Amino acid sequence: MNWESPAAFFAMGGYGLYVWGSFGACALLMIAEPILAAKRRRDILRSLRRERLAETLDSQGTE
Amino acid sequence: MNNRLIHWFKFASPQSFYPLAGKMIPWFWGLAAIFFVAGLYIGFFVAPTDFQQGEGYRIIFVHVPAAWMSMFIYLVMAFWAGLGLALNTRLSSMMAQALAPTGAIMAFLSLWTGAWWGKPMWGAWWVWDARLTSALILFFLYIGFIALQAAIDDARRADKAGAILALVGVVNVPIIYFSVQWWNTLHQGASVSLTRAPTMATTMLWGMLIMALAFWMYSIAVALMRVRAIILEREAHTEWVKELPEVKN
Amino acid sequence: MNAAIAVIRRDLLLAMRRKSEVMTALFFFIIVVSLFPLGIGPEPVLLKKIAPGILWVAALLATMLGLARLFAPDHADGTLEQMALSPTPMGVLIAGKIAAHWITTGLPLVLLAPVLGIQFDLDGAALGILVVALLLGTPLLSLIGAIGAALTLGLRGGGVLLSLLVLPLYVPTLIFGAGAVEMVVSGMSAAGHLSLLAAMLALALFFAPWATTAALRIALE
Repeated sequence: MNWESPAAFFAMGGYGLYVWGSFGACALLMIAEPILAAKRRRDILRSLRRERLAETLDSQGTE
Repeated sequence: MNNRLIHWFKFASPQSFYPLAGKMIPWFWGLAAIFFVAGLYIGFFVAPTDFQQGEGYRIIFVHVPAAWMSMFIYLVMAFWAGLGLALNTRLSSMMAQALAPTGAIMAFLSLWTGAWWGKPMWGAWWVWDARLTSALILFFLYIGFIALQAAIDDARRADKAGAILALVGVVNVPIIYFSVQWWNTLHQGASVSLTRAPTMATTMLWGMLIMALAFWMYSIAVALMRVRAIILEREAHTEWVKELPEVKN
Repeated sequence: MNAAIAVIRRDLLLAMRRKSEVMTALFFFIIVVSLFPLGIGPEPVLLKKIAPGILWVAALLATMLGLARLFAPDHADGTLEQMALSPTPMGVLIAGKIAAHWITTGLPLVLLAPVLGIQFDLDGAALGILVVALLLGTPLLSLIGAIGAALTLGLRGGGVLLSLLVLPLYVPTLIFGAGAVEMVVSGMSAAGHLSLLAAMLALALFFAPWATTAALRIALE
């Protein structure tokens, strides 16, 4: 085990800012990216569903 | 042989790849999670303190994988883009388009973590080191690819133009890398290099490799998510998309 | 070959009619180079040291200026489509257009650069190498730039996009071009740099017209 206490772990031997600055940026982007990718698919699905609804309403109206 | 060929072409159509990708995504997320947990555990709790760089060296557990992935994804992206240009397969071009943002993010992360490593080690956020400089140019190449595709409205033209740019880029990347290396050694001599640590404990190496696997699985998972969205956007007016269960409900 | 020469002749004739475009790029080169001492200060030792870099960066930017107009007029009036349909391979005609671009923008820079080099107190040997390096490097800039010009043909925001695509690809040319002059300034041989520039030029001569043609065919579809 490398660390005597949680505080020592977060301090990273004085390099805390740099280590957590790096890992933090990675975590942030690698969480944001899949969320955005999922949102992109949800958005297109929503508009596809709306289109489909409009089409069915359209065909009902003409009948 | 013939059977296998048909098999491959079957999955080369967006229609059959869309559900397949949907099934593959959870698996790659699972693998990514396992590798991330293992890699971070080794990186923080098993790998010893570096005698020269103290705890600051632990940045390599994200820096090196990000740098590797940024280069590897460019090659894969160019491969798919080139395949799309040569065989006129829509899916491979969509794959290239889906990979570009992930590659750009990896290039950005390798720059960012390089800077945060450089500040305590070199005393400066940015040093015109050969690796950092080539990573910066690689980042520009990604941005160029994304910007070119975004500027073209016609999807097929965007695919083909992007493919030519990616192929020109692939020819140039080694030349750029070599020229930057040459420029760097000429101007300031050999500098301390992040990855060329003189004594690298085996556990450090293992931590790095497992983290690289984690980044790899992550990239595949997120690119598959994005390619599914791209498939829906591009095929919005086809029958099969309208018949999808997630569209019907 | 004759067809290529005909294209070069035609483009040169057109350039002669619109002298202002050629002159703009040239004055841009002069002005950019002159801005550096004003921004940095008049200290001769420092200026001499950074002169090769300044001259090369300015040459890079000046070449960029004309690129957006390389194919646009021919695209607008349908000449490009005629070229695509002509019995002569399109690559040959495009090589002719690139050559004409170099003659109208690259060559004047090569001829003017020594004069500007004197302003930075470069000696005779350095000026000679500067000319040779630019002579090898500026065609390279035209060849690589043509690919970008073809890819961005007819796009909105094409000019800015063009520089985004092309400038990163110019990095090796800049490094070896400016490096060659720096080697001579610091009393070493520039042979290595110059042969690498020549090798890149050979590679680009082979591939760039082909890639440009492919990109133009996509734009014409």
